[in-house]
Amino acid sequence: MTTTTAAGRFGAYGGQFVPETLMTPLLELEKSYEEAKQDPAFQEELHYYLTHYVGRETPLYFAERLTEKIGGAKIYLKREDLNHTGAHKINNALGQALLAIRMGKKKIVAETGAGQHGVATATACALLNLDCIVYMGAEDVKRQALNVFRMELLGAKVISVEKGSATLKDAVNEALRHWVTHIEDTHYILGSALGPHPFPTIVRDFQRVIGDEARIQIQEQEGRLPNAVVACVGGGSNAIGMFYPFIGDRDVKLIGVEAAGAGIETGKHAAAIAGGQKGVLHGAYMYLLQDENGFVQEAHSISAGLDYPAVGPEHCFLSDIGRAAYDSVTDEEALEGVKLLCATEGILPAIESAHAVFYTSKLAATMKKDDIIIVCLSGRGDKDVHTLIDALGGNMR
Amino acid sequence: MTLQTAMESAIKSGEKAFVPYIMAGDGGLSILRETILRLQHLGVTAIEVGIPFTDPVADGPTIEKAGERALANGVNLRNVLAALKEFAHEVKIPLVAMTYLNPILAYGAAAFAQDAYEAGIRGLIVPDMPLEESSIIHTELSEKEISLIQLVSLTSPTERIAKLAAASEGFIYAVTVNGITGARSVFSNDLAPHFANLKSYSALPVLAGFGISTPEQVEAFGSFSDGVIVGSKIVDALAHNDWETIESLVKASKHAEVN
Repeated sequence: MTTTTAAGRFGAYGGQFVPETLMTPLLELEKSYEEAKQDPAFQEELHYYLTHYVGRETPLYFAERLTEKIGGAKIYLKREDLNHTGAHKINNALGQALLAIRMGKKKIVAETGAGQHGVATATACALLNLDCIVYMGAEDVKRQALNVFRMELLGAKVISVEKGSATLKDAVNEALRHWVTHIEDTHYILGSALGPHPFPTIVRDFQRVIGDEARIQIQEQEGRLPNAVVACVGGGSNAIGMFYPFIGDRDVKLIGVEAAGAGIETGKHAAAIAGGQKGVLHGAYMYLLQDENGFVQEAHSISAGLDYPAVGPEHCFLSDIGRAAYDSVTDEEALEGVKLLCATEGILPAIESAHAVFYTSKLAATMKKDDIIIVCLSGRGDKDVHTLIDALGGNMR
Repeated sequence: MTLQTAMESAIKSGEKAFVPYIMAGDGGLSILRETILRLQHLGVTAIEVGIPFTDPVADGPTIEKAGERALANGVNLRNVLAALKEFAHEVKIPLVAMTYLNPILAYGAAAFAQDAYEAGIRGLIVPDMPLEESSIIHTELSEKEISLIQLVSLTSPTERIAKLAAASEGFIYAVTVNGITGARSVFSNDLAPHFANLKSYSALPVLAGFGISTPEQVEAFGSFSDGVIVGSKIVDALAHNDWETIESLVKASKHAEVN
């Protein structure tokens, strides 16, 4: 018997660890995607929607008051929060929805954590007249009630997942089960740079617009590349989209910020690179929070969008080869990041993005005044207001 | 005896293979010996021993729930193999382990193969490891003569079916429905030519699995396959200590029409 080398590897990471029933659909998806990628008409259509519907390009905004307050490097915000639906997730959801239509699939299934990917997918499906089912952990349904209602308004069916930790990981399990049972007419729009090949590549390619724009914008505004680029990492889609165009720019530091939850030392966190071991989940070989029996452990983070026990395969590879560095920020620190950006810039960031904001505020303080940091503000925080009221002790009078 | 030889000798006697699936540790590891020996006594061909996992994406609700009960009992790959090893000398039929990949990786492939062999495991099914990814543990399995069984799906194109059939070891596991495990009342009606096709690619026995839950279905599949694997129905019956149902399923395989 022979074994062939698997496709879709980033170093040792990635691959296609899926039930046999999914292999043929994945091979078809890979083929369709490669064709679409080369097809100018497809790219033109995607570009049309990104420009006229999503509102791209998003600004690269110099956060002058934040910079002054920190007193270090100049901080620029890549304003993905200004996209239609409020986060970077729409870039990928629209791209994959157009791909589904190209493949003749009229039904979409998706998972969601914070609800941003679910809302983005429901939006793309409403726009393009596709049926939409979104699986969401029961815990997240509670935390993100506003987004659940938004998805339902947009015509999506939201199914609450009570199993396991009832968060993003369990929503992915159910979405995969749904897909494997309905592969003839359904495309799975995976929301992060995770899952079996070709998903991590597809998601990265649809998100690289973030970094492509930022790289041009910073050169227009500053006449040079930044010293560092910072983004939060759950599965890692906004981060890989931001990092990818800068990978060849060796002098640009790439820093991913994982969610340290209550603190790495407490075990209650979602930092797979900091605290995980290599393993397989949801179709890919990657850093994974697991116990000595290979059982997947629950992730913990105040932000539903970072609450995933692994990190996308390309990040694992970038970490191993030292091209990107990964650090982590606790729940408490992320909340400081929220308050800081509200107070200095009048911008309410998603708690996910606030991890990157907080990290950037510490990093900037250690750098020179003519250094430049770009931080990816991946989403806005309107969805988090209830969580913030609970966490910060505010009230709604 | 290798898995293939054991399967073939069972089939040559004029009957169809019958392989029940059990979830190890559902009801506690203390009943594992009794369950396996009683199934052996009923005349099953082999037993598929499921290992619980936290994220069983290929399992339907019945097996998933059984897995959750087993996990709640503290069951894992290591203590299942240890339990099996204790009474391995009493088990005369081959055992086939069914586990997701990550517990094997955490165990270490070589250590797993060694301990699994000593526990009487002669075949392995890893539902989240397709052929293309099998090199991650295949060498270690081969060294211990543990057969790596390939699942063949109905949706696969012909050349893929041929490739999987040729690569499979022990037997070929023909997935009879698209989707996850669990009882079905309706099967696609063009299954017979599918099995004939599979037989043309390989000398291995071809067993049908996923969704088979009644004696009638056991007989029907027996008419064009070499036997069946029954999972959810067995798991459900064991959970309710309903051996009558199990006996009726095994019996159906004994008088399944032989081609």
